Amino acid sequence: MVPALRLVAVSKRFPGARTDAVADLSLDMPEGTVTALVGPSGCGKTTTLRMINRLVEPTSGSIDLFGTDIRQLDVHELRRRTGYVIQQAGLFPHRTVAANIATVPQLLGWDKQRVRERVDQLVGLVGLDPELLGRYPAELSGGQQQRVGVARALAADPPLLLMDEPYSAVDPIVRAHLQDELLDLQRRVRKTIVLVTHDIDEALKLADQIAVLNIGGVLEQFATPDELLRAPASPFVEQFLGRERALRRLALQPVGTGPIGPVPEVVEGLPTVTTGAPLREALDAIVAWGVEQVVVVGDDGSPVGGLDLLTITERIGNAPSRRDTA
Amino acid sequence: MNADSFIWWDWVDRHLGEIRTATYEHLRLTVIAVGLGFVLSLALALLSLRWRAARAIVTGLAGLLYTIPSLALFAVLVTITGFSTLTAEIGLVGYTLLILVRNIIEGIEGVPAAVREAAEGMGLNPLRRLVAVDLRLATPAIVAGLRIATVTTVGLVTVTGLIGMGGYGSFIDEGLKRSFSTEIVVGAGLSVVMAMALDSVLVGIQRVLTPWQRSSRHRTNLWYELPKPIA
Repeated sequence: MVPALRLVAVSKRFPGARTDAVADLSLDMPEGTVTALVGPSGCGKTTTLRMINRLVEPTSGSIDLFGTDIRQLDVHELRRRTGYVIQQAGLFPHRTVAANIATVPQLLGWDKQRVRERVDQLVGLVGLDPELLGRYPAELSGGQQQRVGVARALAADPPLLLMDEPYSAVDPIVRAHLQDELLDLQRRVRKTIVLVTHDIDEALKLADQIAVLNIGGVLEQFATPDELLRAPASPFVEQFLGRERALRRLALQPVGTGPIGPVPEVVEGLPTVTTGAPLREALDAIVAWGVEQVVVVGDDGSPVGGLDLLTITERIGNAPSRRDTA
Repeated sequence: MNADSFIWWDWVDRHLGEIRTATYEHLRLTVIAVGLGFVLSLALALLSLRWRAARAIVTGLAGLLYTIPSLALFAVLVTITGFSTLTAEIGLVGYTLLILVRNIIEGIEGVPAAVREAAEGMGLNPLRRLVAVDLRLATPAIVAGLRIATVTTVGLVTVTGLIGMGGYGSFIDEGLKRSFSTEIVVGAGLSVVMAMALDSVLVGIQRVLTPWQRSSRHRTNLWYELPKPIA
C-alpha cells in the first residue's frame, strides 16, 4: 500500500550554512498513524515538518503525499489540505474563536451554512465550550487556545495533520489532558499525523512510530515506541530515551494485550488490575502490596486471570533465559 | 468692554463667517495631508519591509525631512512652487511620513511570529496575509501614528497660514501684525480644538476597527482620559 506520506532522501541545507539541517532522510508514514519526530534542538525536526507543507523547500529529495509529489501541487492548495498546529496555537488575535476555526473552510469557499455546521461539529470534537465561539483568543486559557488550534487545523477535514510542538507552551497538567484528548480524537478521526516534539515521553505516549533525529538531521532510529525502548539502535538513542526504559515499556503495554496467567487459586487479599490498565500498574500493585501476583479482572470486575512478576518480565521480552546467559 | 481684554467676543461674533471658512480650509489642508501621507507611507513601509536597503533610505530621508524647521521649509518651497496648496501639501505630507512609515513598519513587525506562521501554513496567499492579517493586526499602531500625524499636521497648518494658505494660521498672522490678541487666541484656540476633535474621531475609528481590543487589557486612552490615580 502507498503510505500517506513518504519522504525519499530528503536533505535541506539553508543558504550560507556549512552543514545540512536535514540529511538524506527517508521515512514512510502509513495512513491513519501518528509519527513523532523527536530529537534535540538543531536536529532538523521542525525543518522536516515545514518541508511537508512547503514552508521550507528541500535542497534535494522528494516528498510524496498519497503517491503524489507535493511539488506538483499548488502550494496554497497543499497547505489548505494539510492541517497545521503550532506552538502557542498561533490563533488570529483579531478573529473570534468561530472565525479562527472557519479560516480554511472560508478560504475554500464553503457556503455560510456549511461553515457554521462544521464549526459546531468541531467544537464538540475537540471538547470546547460552545460559549467560547464568540470570544477572542486573548480571552482564552492556553489549553483552550490549543484546542481551538486543533479545531482550526481539522476544519476542512484534511487527511494530514502536522503538529509542531503543540503542547510545549501549556503547563504539564493541561498538557497531559490535551494529549489524552488527542489520542481520543485520533481514535475517531484517524488522521495521518506528524508530530514534532522534544519531549520523548510525549512521543512515546502519542506516536505509533518515532523517528529519533540527531544534530544535522541524521536519522538515528525509526521504530515503534516499544521497539525503541527495547532495542535502542545507538548510544545516542539510548541516552535520549533516558533511564527506566523497562518501566516505561510496561507503561505502554495494556494488561489485556498479551499473555496472562491463570486465575490464582485464592483471590481474596490480592490486588486487582483491569485488562485495560498498563502492565506498570500490575507491577506497582505487586510491589506495593508485597504479593506474588495480582488478579486480572475484566470490565465487569470478574477475575479473568493472574499476573506475576515472571509473566510481566516475559511480556517485555526480558525472559529468564536471557538473564541466565548474562 | 475693556479695551485691554484678552479676547473680544464681539469680534468673534462679527467674524463667524470668516471663522467658518478658515475651519474648512484648515480641515481640508489637514485631511489631504494626512490622507496622502498615509497612502505614500503605506507604500514606503511595504517597500521597506521587503527590502532592507529601502528601509534605511526611506527612514533616513523621512527623518532628515522631519528635522527641517517648518517655517524654513515652507519659505524655500514657496520659491519653487509659489504660494499654492501644492506648496503647503508638499511640506505637510513630508512631515507625516516619518511617523506614519515608522508606525506602519512597527505595527506589521509586531504581528506575532506564530500568527504569521499559522497564516502561511494554512494557505493564505501573500496578499490575503497582508490585508487580512498583517494590516488588521497593525491597526492599533497605524492609528496611533495617524493620531500623532494628524495632531502635528493641524498645528503645522497654522504655519502654512503664515504663507497665505488660509486656515486658522491667517488669524494668528493677522493678530501678530496688528498686535490684536483676540485673533491670536481664536486662531490658536480653534487649532487646539480641531486637533483634539480629530484625535477623538480617530480613537473612535480605532475602537470600531479593533473589536478584539475592547477588553480591559487593551484600552486606547483618549486625551481627556487620564490614567486613574493609584488608590
